[in-house]
Amino acid sequence: MSRDRVETAVLRVARPVVVAGLLLATLLPFAYMLLLSARPIAELLRDPGDVLVGLGELTLSGYREVLTPVDEGGQGFVDLLANSAVVAAATVVVALLVAVPGAYAVARLPFVGRRQVSALFLGVYLLPAIVMAIPLFVLLSRLQLRGSLVGLVLVYVAQTVPVAIYMLRNYFTTVPESVEEAALVDGLGTLGVVRRIVLPLALPSVLATGLFVAVIAWNEFLFALLFLVEDRSRWTVSLGLAQLSGSIEVPTTVLMAGSVVITVPVVVVFLLLERFLTEGLTGGAEK
Amino acid sequence: MADAPAGAALAERGAPPPQDGRDRGRRGRRRTLAQRRGRTGLWLMSPTLVIVLALVLAPLLWSVLIAFQDLRLIRVGQAGLTDPLTLDNLERVLLSDALLESLRTTLVYTVGSTAVAVGVGLVAALALRRPFRGRGLVRAAMLLPYIAPVVAVTFVWRTMLNPEFGVVNVWGQRFLGWDDPVAFLSQARGELSLLGLDVPVPTALLTVVVFEGWRYFPFAFLFLLARLQALPADVEEAARVDGATPLQTFRHIVLPQLLPVIAVLVVLRSIWTFNEFDDIFLLTGGAAGTGVASVRVYELLTVQRNVGAAAAQSLVLAAVLVVLVSLYLWLLRRRGEDPL
Repeated sequence: MSRDRVETAVLRVARPVVVAGLLLATLLPFAYMLLLSARPIAELLRDPGDVLVGLGELTLSGYREVLTPVDEGGQGFVDLLANSAVVAAATVVVALLVAVPGAYAVARLPFVGRRQVSALFLGVYLLPAIVMAIPLFVLLSRLQLRGSLVGLVLVYVAQTVPVAIYMLRNYFTTVPESVEEAALVDGLGTLGVVRRIVLPLALPSVLATGLFVAVIAWNEFLFALLFLVEDRSRWTVSLGLAQLSGSIEVPTTVLMAGSVVITVPVVVVFLLLERFLTEGLTGGAEK
Repeated sequence: MADAPAGAALAERGAPPPQDGRDRGRRGRRRTLAQRRGRTGLWLMSPTLVIVLALVLAPLLWSVLIAFQDLRLIRVGQAGLTDPLTLDNLERVLLSDALLESLRTTLVYTVGSTAVAVGVGLVAALALRRPFRGRGLVRAAMLLPYIAPVVAVTFVWRTMLNPEFGVVNVWGQRFLGWDDPVAFLSQARGELSLLGLDVPVPTALLTVVVFEGWRYFPFAFLFLLARLQALPADVEEAARVDGATPLQTFRHIVLPQLLPVIAVLVVLRSIWTFNEFDDIFLLTGGAAGTGVASVRVYELLTVQRNVGAAAAQSLVLAAVLVVLVSLYLWLLRRRGEDPL
């Protein structure tokens, strides 16, 4: 047996083993989440290791409790979901309105200071939330916007615009320049080119970028914690789940149902867009 | 304007607009197409610039000022730009024993998490390099930890690792013969028996490092897979024909081509891990030897109610960040690539 044959044989076995192991590691926590969300808490405490639950034991009471309004004895997640949806939708609309023209300018137009602007966005993109948290906290307190969803949306827009511009720029540069030049020769202005040529051609990618921004806003935790924690009626789902998971009164299985409820929309969006997102995020990596 | 398309094409490639500086006085009214497009670009860019300047740069500069002011949470509504300046905050933050301790914890956490995330990402990318049935599904599944809400995944991990009813401890005792449940997230120091020796391990810190690796390996995997699939096949085939084994081919042909991406990923992950707040706060609250610097910022703000000290602590983080970002840009330049 030559070294070559040994290595080839070992790799042939190792590859599926590695793939299976990675799949298990990534999916197991999500499977556990689903399983616990449908188990009665008493059953879990009686037999925590029993993963293969009898079908007769499954219950949706956790989901019912998590979605029931607070004044009816539930956890009121429907209101929190609505808050998160409003914040995410508003963030997407504002971020795209701002980022689409900005990304086109960065991709195609030779304006003064283009490099400096790109550098600035890179800096913002790399800037961690915790460094921004203190001054934004003070700023929103001064403007009396702390505790309002408007303030949160503004902050999310500022956080997501650089990423959106980066992704959109990757998509816009794939539109053939000859098409744009032809449109310019035919008498369209720059804005006309963006509206009639670039946007229709890049529409799926613009949607993908928008949904990516929505996912970021939906998942975000730190700013929601800092700005909204005092007023339960304004909580987003992420904040609500975090606050309730620290309390002893709410059973774990109920909160697992809450986890499933906030994870499912993200996963659905992601599976629809996976190809676009991968291309948009790794646009510069093939070089 | 017969040369308009050519001029536009030049301009599109980022060439400087034609300079006719000397006769600009006489012919200033008539701008070239490139100049007009440049102006349009500025207009299109301006909303973004306003937002970023107002909500990122201005607050950031204010943060520097706050770090030198005596500002308590109770008075945060009246914070002024003209409050007297003081060095108390910096003194308090820089001279406290907690700073060194938290920076050391942060460093261990950053190095460990980055190594796990990039290492596992590399293995995953190599395993998925060749097509097989269901590869698309596997790839999508592997990205789940990265996109799922952090609050949900940290909660699941906390439940799985729970000493009383978490499945990891139950199975560990049932199938792996553990004597006692392990308090993965609340035990600062544990003993691991290896070959009869008791090795002390920082249990909670290790656990959050593993979590961080689990959550972010998809990020590294995504970029490494994209790079792998763009590699030219002929060099590798030639090496195989010349008798190189698969591992030699990886070591001498594939790895050198991946190194630039790996370097950039390591720097990016280090930047973000160093300042990571959500994961640690939600998993351990910063207890049990996992008090990283970002959690300390939060504690100074909410527990000690000292906004000035919190700002000073975040300045320390920002300083480290500047060093890391400079490193990142330098790396990109060395690749001969324009980062912008």
